[in-house]
Amino acid sequence: MTKLIPIGCTRRQGYRAIVLRPGAQELENNFTMKLSLSRVVQGCRLGTLSNLGKKGDRCMEFPGCLLYTRTGSAPHLTHDTLQVISGVPAMTQLTLSSLAEHYEILEEYKEGIGKFIGMPESVFYCSLHDPVNPCPAGFVTNKSVSVWGVGGRLEMTVAKFMAIQQALQPDWLQCLSDGEALCADASSSKRAKKSVDRTLAFLDECLKLQEQSEVLRSCVMIGVIEGGDILEERLRSARETAKRPVVGFLLDGFHGDAMTKETRLRLISSVTAELPENKPRLICGIGQPDEVLECIEAGVDLFESFFPYQATERGCALTFSFDYEPNPEDMVLQQNGQKEGEENGEHIDKIITTKCVPETSFEINLKEKMYRDDFGPLVGGCSCYCCKNHSRAYVHHLLVTNELLAGVLLMMHNFQHYFGFFHAIREALRKDRLGQLKELIYRQAC
Amino acid sequence: MAEPKDPLSMRCPESMTAVAASTTSLGTRAPAALTLRVVAECSRSKARACELRLPHGTVATPVFMPVGTQGTMKGVTAAQLDNLGCRICLGNTYHLGMRPGPELIQKASGLHGFMNWKRNLLTDSGGFQMVSLLALSEVTEEGVRFRSPYDGAEILLSPEKSVEIQNALGSDIMMQLDDVVSSTLTGSRVEEAMHRSIRWLDRCILANQRPDQQNLFAIIQGGLDPALRRKCLEEMTKRNVPGFAIGGLSGGESKEQFWKMVTLSTDQLPREKPRYLMGVGYATDLVVCVALGCDMFDCVFPTRTARFGSALVPTGNLQLKKKQFAKDFRPIDEACTCPTCQRHTRAFLHVLLHSNNTAALHHVTVHNIAYQLQLMNAIRTSIVEHRFPEFVQNFIKTMYGEVGHCPTWAVEALQSVGISLS
Repeated sequence: MTKLIPIGCTRRQGYRAIVLRPGAQELENNFTMKLSLSRVVQGCRLGTLSNLGKKGDRCMEFPGCLLYTRTGSAPHLTHDTLQVISGVPAMTQLTLSSLAEHYEILEEYKEGIGKFIGMPESVFYCSLHDPVNPCPAGFVTNKSVSVWGVGGRLEMTVAKFMAIQQALQPDWLQCLSDGEALCADASSSKRAKKSVDRTLAFLDECLKLQEQSEVLRSCVMIGVIEGGDILEERLRSARETAKRPVVGFLLDGFHGDAMTKETRLRLISSVTAELPENKPRLICGIGQPDEVLECIEAGVDLFESFFPYQATERGCALTFSFDYEPNPEDMVLQQNGQKEGEENGEHIDKIITTKCVPETSFEINLKEKMYRDDFGPLVGGCSCYCCKNHSRAYVHHLLVTNELLAGVLLMMHNFQHYFGFFHAIREALRKDRLGQLKELIYRQAC
Repeated sequence: MAEPKDPLSMRCPESMTAVAASTTSLGTRAPAALTLRVVAECSRSKARACELRLPHGTVATPVFMPVGTQGTMKGVTAAQLDNLGCRICLGNTYHLGMRPGPELIQKASGLHGFMNWKRNLLTDSGGFQMVSLLALSEVTEEGVRFRSPYDGAEILLSPEKSVEIQNALGSDIMMQLDDVVSSTLTGSRVEEAMHRSIRWLDRCILANQRPDQQNLFAIIQGGLDPALRRKCLEEMTKRNVPGFAIGGLSGGESKEQFWKMVTLSTDQLPREKPRYLMGVGYATDLVVCVALGCDMFDCVFPTRTARFGSALVPTGNLQLKKKQFAKDFRPIDEACTCPTCQRHTRAFLHVLLHSNNTAALHHVTVHNIAYQLQLMNAIRTSIVEHRFPEFVQNFIKTMYGEVGHCPTWAVEALQSVGISLS
């Protein structure tokens, strides 16, 4: 029972033979998911994942993102408002932190989280943590990892973790991992090594338990790459994890300010070079459009979609353009539109009070007074429900009066806009226009 | 700014201007913005099923109108509300008059345009909010004087001003500014308020710049005093308004006093005009007041209670946040056809309600609106099919288990119109 795994990204570099444990081979064989790579352009992979889901009949393109949820539901959205959005990803991200405390209910329910939350048609990836709500550090031990739910801290040993997953029955699950290599003030090589050792140990224990459960065998494991900012540890994590029968890889610990952009991208590229071509690479905590593009160039395939949610929570609408082949007429209109906005903003600044500052340059803050009588859509040409039916003035009014509908409408727009962005990335890769898209996005990234 | 009166013009593309229910003194036909057709009447009680034609479409009555205070039905989109079968809902003149203000809404093509609601809208006058929300409001013959809670400016809401704002909002039905007093108040203030309301009604009628597109309703006042009520009814029914509301109730008065004023009012209101009972929304109250002859109702209760996780069901309500629902894998109501009940269980809603995902509130809001609309629909069908009394009996049995648990006031009210509950 040997397995050949490629060394590096291209098969030219040869293969390495490793011996698998008996059960592991079976697990490996159980993978029905297939990854088809159609092109690789400047490091960016374009392709399709097929045979996804319990029935093996779903597929998903990459680069792509997963639908972000909070406690099993897209934020602010019911099924009716969710399904009006174009381009909703086939795979939904659930977070263990929001669901773990309810596992007894799910155990009794027996039919799995998809049906429980009213999304029986979706494919699910269960991550450990929520990218939006960082949890307090310092609670990972050799034996357990903790997540924070509404009811407080939930400590999970491997056994508990797998029991919870057995009740949830996601399609993919992030294996228990130690993501705290960079949480202390000083990054240490020792701590990085520990994060890799622990994560591998957790992975092996989880795999062992998985072999013993029929139900768990249909929930496949995503191996987690740790190692902080230490290159050797990252490489070791990648190589070792790749030996295990995992369906894909999560690049953890690259979010936040723990390392410089250069270090981050260098490490990501080094890691993905060690990973097999035929398995997807996920990354957590990265959502801003420019950072997404950089990571795709570094070999990442799948992202989360918490970024549009964060924009929604600050009362902002994503407005960045990903139309790298605009109609020349539209370009003039766009420029004029922006100019008007700036002028109004300055004028009002002189008279009245505090101007709300958008968090990123990819969005506009609808609370700003300039939108009070702007009867245009959030984004010209956008075909989302909000832009087709409502105006900036209306959303402004909803925000000023603290109305719940503001969140609903902004979420609908922001999700559709973000999913549209990923579609544009795939199109750009297909048509060899990546350079133009990059230039457009980076221009807006000030 | 008076608009030219052109009976055959279609100024609002979506509106239906019904022709001729009234004639002017010159004998020319003026377009009526409202027509009521009585489709069926209960042979025993005063219940009736009607068709109310308004500029933005037909509304089947009896009808419950959800309240979308600030130009939004809370977390429910206009499309969702339409899909639930809602054909008329409320906006609040006071709130919208403050934010974003009538000028802006007029620029947005009225409240319909601003919130993109293509069906009917009813706006109240702003009077009730003023009295209930503001600590320092002062009523004079001129109007209600108060301080804006947003910038402290002194504002006078007069009958003319209220109608002016409502004209800008463009609602299909607008309410006169009335002198609202608490229903528990007694004495000369009640009488003063009743008489003033009549005078304010006349001022509102004069002030309405768009009578062919916006229907001004009178509001019957008089507190809990039968003589005052009758006087008010006598005077207000002399005015040529398209509809009447029964106001000044649904405050702190006892249910016993409440139903007596309702039935007294419907006795004296014309058959061919709609009767709108303001502020009533509990299921039992709706059923009883339909029996007493009311056609239209509004209340914040169903949508407000939804946001606290309380789901309305034929037996009362379910406090979904409570532990008992944690492992309850049934929908809120097996018989309910709303999107929430079609897809979700009490257990899931319980979990979601304990998170900070607002979707939880929207699920329950959708259900509660559906519950109210389905209830009114069932009431109406039973009237049309001549089995309203049986419907009432079943309703009471389901809600209260046995007749003995049904509140006395409801038993007596139903008895008074020939519906017995034994």
